[in-house]
Amino acid sequence: MGKHVLLIEDEPNIIEAISFILSRDGWKVDTHSNGQTAVAAVHEKRPDLVILDVMLPGRSGFDILKTLRAEAATAELPVLMLTARGQTKDREMAEKMGASRFMTKPFSNAEVLDAVRALVAG
Amino acid sequence: MLQGVRQADLARTVGVSPSYLNLIEHNRRRIGGKLLVDIAAALDVEPSLLAEGAEAALTARLRAAAAEADEEGAEIAQAEAFAGRFPGWARLVAAQQRRIARLERAIETLTDRLAHDPHLAATLHEVLDTATAIRSTAAILVETREIEPEWRDRFHRNINEDAERLADGARNLAGYLDSAGDAGREGSSPEEEFETFLAAQGWHVAALEDPDGASPREIVGAARDLVSTSTQTQALAWLSRYEVDARAMPLEAAQAAVAEAGPDPLALAARFGVDLATAMRRIASLPGRVAGLVSCDGSGTITFRRPVEGFALPRFGAACPVWPLFRALSRPQVPLFERLVQPGRGEAGEEPGFAAYAIAQPRGAPGLNREPLYEAHMLILPQEGSEPATPVGASCRVCSVRDCAARREPSIMGEGP
Repeated sequence: MGKHVLLIEDEPNIIEAISFILSRDGWKVDTHSNGQTAVAAVHEKRPDLVILDVMLPGRSGFDILKTLRAEAATAELPVLMLTARGQTKDREMAEKMGASRFMTKPFSNAEVLDAVRALVAG
Repeated sequence: MLQGVRQADLARTVGVSPSYLNLIEHNRRRIGGKLLVDIAAALDVEPSLLAEGAEAALTARLRAAAAEADEEGAEIAQAEAFAGRFPGWARLVAAQQRRIARLERAIETLTDRLAHDPHLAATLHEVLDTATAIRSTAAILVETREIEPEWRDRFHRNINEDAERLADGARNLAGYLDSAGDAGREGSSPEEEFETFLAAQGWHVAALEDPDGASPREIVGAARDLVSTSTQTQALAWLSRYEVDARAMPLEAAQAAVAEAGPDPLALAARFGVDLATAMRRIASLPGRVAGLVSCDGSGTITFRRPVEGFALPRFGAACPVWPLFRALSRPQVPLFERLVQPGRGEAGEEPGFAAYAIAQPRGAPGLNREPLYEAHMLILPQEGSEPATPVGASCRVCSVRDCAARREPSIMGEGP
């Protein structure tokens, strides 16, 4: 599998940091910050992996995930969900919606790298 | 003893033995009829005050306490005897029941706040986002051995920015939690807060009786007990209506009319040319008048409660659907009258009786081709005498009326008459 990731997140400094560490790890990184156009961005960039924040302006990450899973082209796409709330409720919701993996903020860089590597390997 | 009258003197005046009077006083014997009236006359108080005074309220509290913890098997049938034998302990149980209700309410409010408060969620999210960015950026600076100077400078700048934002967010959060403590003070509902405020002045707002007195807004502004915005909004609406009522039925004229014709809302409405609801509210706001008033909106939600001794009104949750208050909603604009009694609130056959007037009236200005929203009032007046009365409850859990078609849940009270 290729190493092309689309990071959908609205916090500029998080985008910068994650882009940096993933690029260093040999990933091609695209970023997108708007919830409403996120699904279109996935279709356009055709990444191997999506990192998706739950709280986005315009549209919730859960909503976006639901749309992605409902479409044949993206039904199997690995999606790593990021959330600021580690509540079981959010985790259950993410699992139910078909998130491949779930990560709670604030996470460490090592966790992000482990997660994305595991997702494209598996 | 009340008013410093010696027990022996009182016993002689009303013609019973001092020891029998002692039993009565300590609630070991029930009294009624002539003896009650005689004692009341000797003490110069309302008979109803003696019969259904503090003890009845206490017993009601005890029953409610038992209802809330019915798995403990408290002997509900003996609540009165318990209150009579151990008044101190009974008051303690009642006080704790009140306290528990208050605390439960506070916990509910706080849980709601944490789970659903959008401001709190947004601020927390912001703080976590910033912490994430700082953590990630700091780790890059520490762990990346060869980092270009431009990148290093950029990350330093980012950390600095985020540190500011984190500080702001944390301050925000602390400030918010500080002020949030006020909103839920006492943990009582807005209705309760307002009720407490009105009860403290005897349900009569003297300032509003005087056309030159304080305005509702000034009263709400000056009241230290009306804390939350929600309470203040409700208080303002209610007091504004009080003011209108008071202008339509000036205090002295209203008192004179009641003295002449009794607290009859229909007679008063006709006399002052006001609607029945106004007359009912006015009767319940006259100084020194013992009258209960309950209001509800079209959904049956109780919006106002002025309790009256001997007629239990549920504090939270649903009331008794048999009340004429709710029947009035299905017969808009028709004044209803019914004699009511709450079984189990006194010796069988000697429960205090009440006269209840109810009416549902449209609320707000009429709109073309639009159904009005209704609001219902029920005026509850203590009534002497033993005319037949409809048995009603407070709420199903603590109601002993048998074979009631309106029953929603089983009662924990003993089988009633």
